This record gives sequence, structure tokens and C-alpha cells, in this order.
Amino acid sequence: MAFVQRKIPFVGSVETNPETKPFWDGCAAGKLVLPRCKDTGKFIWYPRAISPWTFGPVEWVEVSGRGKIYTFSVMQRADPPYCIAYVELAEGPRMMTNIVDCDFATLKIGQAVSLKFIPSEGGPPLPFFAPA
Amino acid sequence: MSLKGKAYIAGAWEHPTRKASDKSVALLHAECAKGALEDAGLTKDDVDGYFCAGDAPGLGPLSMVDYMNLKVRHVDSTDVGGSSYQVAVGHALEAIAHGRCNIALITLAGRPRSEGQATGTAPRAGSPAQPDVQFEFPYGPATANMYAMCATRHMHEYGTTSEQLAWIKVAASHHAQHNPHAMLRDVVTVQDVVNSPMVASPLHRLDCCVISDGGGALVVTKPEIAKSLKRPLVKVIGVGESPKGQMAGEVDLVYSAARWSGPPAWEMAGIKPSDIKYASIYDSFTITVLMQLEDLGFCEKGQGGKFVADGNLISGTGRLPFNTDGGGLCSNHPANRGGITKIIEAVRQLRGEAHPAVQVKNCDLAIAHGTGGSLGTRHCGSTVILERE
Repeated sequence: MAFVQRKIPFVGSVETNPETKPFWDGCAAGKLVLPRCKDTGKFIWYPRAISPWTFGPVEWVEVSGRGKIYTFSVMQRADPPYCIAYVELAEGPRMMTNIVDCDFATLKIGQAVSLKFIPSEGGPPLPFFAPA
Repeated sequence: MSLKGKAYIAGAWEHPTRKASDKSVALLHAECAKGALEDAGLTKDDVDGYFCAGDAPGLGPLSMVDYMNLKVRHVDSTDVGGSSYQVAVGHALEAIAHGRCNIALITLAGRPRSEGQATGTAPRAGSPAQPDVQFEFPYGPATANMYAMCATRHMHEYGTTSEQLAWIKVAASHHAQHNPHAMLRDVVTVQDVVNSPMVASPLHRLDCCVISDGGGALVVTKPEIAKSLKRPLVKVIGVGESPKGQMAGEVDLVYSAARWSGPPAWEMAGIKPSDIKYASIYDSFTITVLMQLEDLGFCEKGQGGKFVADGNLISGTGRLPFNTDGGGLCSNHPANRGGITKIIEAVRQLRGEAHPAVQVKNCDLAIAHGTGGSLGTRHCGSTVILERE
């Protein structure tokens, strides 16, 4: 079936969580910038400015935008249908996203995907993934 | 001090309504309270502890205590979604054991059906201050697709099939045919389930629970009071509660928080899964049941599909009779919170008051497990183990 892009909603403003500004600035520049725990070196999803492993500091680092599908589900009851997923980034963390620009019937767990930014309604462009 | 046996469930009542467009949520709470107290043989003036969850109208327990004009010395409104009521039993057990109250009333009520909520398929944004919302809501997380992502992954790792999941609905429907209050009383087949419309792949319409108005209530008391009443004795012998989330990006969707809430409950009770005669297992979706059964130790991890297949959950036929009222899948999921009805049906079974067609013989040990929140993001597992004395 031909892919139809749904409208992407956004709640609040990027100032709601001011400490995650580097993530939003990255989105505006077309880059996926995630916090990394300075103590453990592990990337964190979803973004936050305190390490959820050590309560220590984080640094904000651009990631490759490469990943693979960890799991997904196509919401057939929506119009248009959309595919929600967790994508496992090459750098480690599994992030919630949508898989776009594809025939949903062909999607498989483990499939390689790559980053794409799509505008949201009332918010910044946000990270999505399409088959690589 | 072990809390085992320090409290009993003396009253349990499920509201018979499934659509209550002529009643407020507050009135439903009060009707449930009245029903459970009458079931126990107590009155509202006997209640000295009150428990609800955060969805009750008003600030925590305050409006409901005021509306019902209760005079209590202990309150608790811990909210972990549909699993709040197992948690409430555990907290009531603690409060009673420590002398904070003697007769605890727990109520739940709501009317999502009358209010037209698309409970499973419409993404609901929380407050933007909720730290995850801005990173998730844009992607359309609803209830159904969050649980569906767990199913997709479970199928991938363990070979679980849609047909195996369907057996869970089939079992629930076999039980629901005997429940005059159940929303869905037709017995369905595996083919009916897998041929029903896809909602959120791989979950079909019949993999999902009903949306219903209603509620329920429980009365938990100290042993001396329970033994002075005229009802069969149902003793709380094990409780456990634990939340599970995304673990900062180390998301693992093939197991639920039952993996953590179960062990302390089993340990307190001093029994093992094979001792259980009847199981109430939260059934928001078929996959919820399958994962909880594995995580509570009823079968090996990954073997849930084989365990539930071929009628193994049907009372009178299978090895583990489950949700003999028809559960959330067929009977009732009041206020989108099915935890309390799980406990109520377990109490019915232990008292020998389930429908004769589904009553488990010599039912002396039962479990009632809840999963609240979203299995695909953040949820709570809560376990209650009960014994007939």
C-alpha cells in the first residue's frame, strides 16, 4: 500500500524541558543529538540531563542515525495507518519512533533503518526512520 | 514480621452495570462500596481505612471520603493504573498489620464507555511536564499498539503465534457464556479471533478487552474481624508490587514487571505456581496474559504460547483455569482498570461462589495479578495470592 504520512502532533513547547535543549537544537539542525552518561559512556533514551545510571553528568553527542528495528506495530485503526516502533540505534539505546516511507507489509524485526527528520505540528522537526 | 495472613478479604462486589450513562463516577464508587460492605456484613460506619487510585474524582481520596461521608484514620491513593487494586490490597495488609486501620475499603469506578473514550486506539497526551511525553506522543503511542509491540517482539524471539494468543480469548469466551453481566457472551474460536479485524498488528480486535463502565470494591479486615463475620474466610497470604520502564533505553519488551512482583508474593505465601488452583490474570490484551503467565512462573519464559493453547486455561478442561468471569476480554474492564475484578473473581472462586459451570473444585489457593499502565513503556506489576481458610 502506498505510504501516506500522518500529521505529527506535538505537546507543550521545547522550553517545557529546558535542560533537553541540545536535543531540540539538534532536531532543528537535522541532527540526532543524544545525552551520553559521562560515567558509563552509555547513550540514554529518552533524553534527560542527569544520568539515569549514576545521577552523574551527561554530554550531548550526535549519533550516526543508523539503527535496526527492535519491534513495531502498524496501527490499522488509524487513518492513515502508521507504524510505531522501537529502533535500536547503532550506539545502543532503543528509541520510540515511527517507521515511514515504506510498505508496512514488508517490515521485519532486525531490518536496517536510517534517520529522517519530519516537521511536527507546533513543534520542531522530529526524528523518524525509514528502511535503509 | 511476615505479613502473611495478617488480613482477609471479607467483602467483594462487582457492579453489574457495563454502561452507566445515568450515573456519576462518584455514585458508582459509593454503590460499589455499599455492595462490598453488605457482602461482608459490615456498614459504612465500620470503615476506618479508605483506598482508591488517582483516577477517583477529586484530590486523591479526599472527594470520595467526603462524598461517602466516611470517618477514616488511614487513606492511600497510590495510582499504578489498572494494577492499583492489587497494590491497594497489599497496602491495606500492611496498614492493618501495623494497626493503622482495621477495616479497609477499596473502591474503583469509571465510565469510559458512556464518555465515548477510544481507550485502546487514540493516543492520549499526558502533561508536557511528564518527562517522556514530548519524546513519545508525536509517534502515536496508544494502548493497543504499545501492547502490540510486545507481541511482535515475543513472536520474534519465541515463535509465539496469533493462534496461540487467540486461545486466551477462546478460554475467556468459554467462561463468559455463563456470566449474565458479561459484555461478550458468545463462545468464539481461534479462527474467529485471527479473522477479526486487525487493530494494531499483530493484535486483532478480539485480542483486545472490552471498554466498559462500572466498578468494584473490596473490604479488607484484620483476622479477628473476618472470623467474626459470616462469610467464607479468604486470607491474603502473598503480595508483591514492582514497576518496570524503559530502563533508560535498554528497552526489553518480552517480559513484564510480574517477573519482579511475583517472587516476593510467592515467597511470602510459601507456595509455588503449581499449587495454584485458579488464576485471575490481567487481560487488557491476550499478549498481556501470556507474558504474565510466563513471568509469574506458570511456564518457562517463551513457552507461554504452548501453555495457553488447546484450552489449557478453560475451567474444567485445562490445567490452569483463568478469568472464569470472562475477564476483561469478554466481561468487564471497568474504568479501563481491570485489577479489582481480578481479585473479585478470585474471591468468588475461593468462596465457592463462582458460576457452577466454571467453579474450580476444591479451590483453596488463587492468584490475582494486575498489570497497570502501558506494557510497551512504563507499567506496574502487582500480585496478590489468596488462600481459603
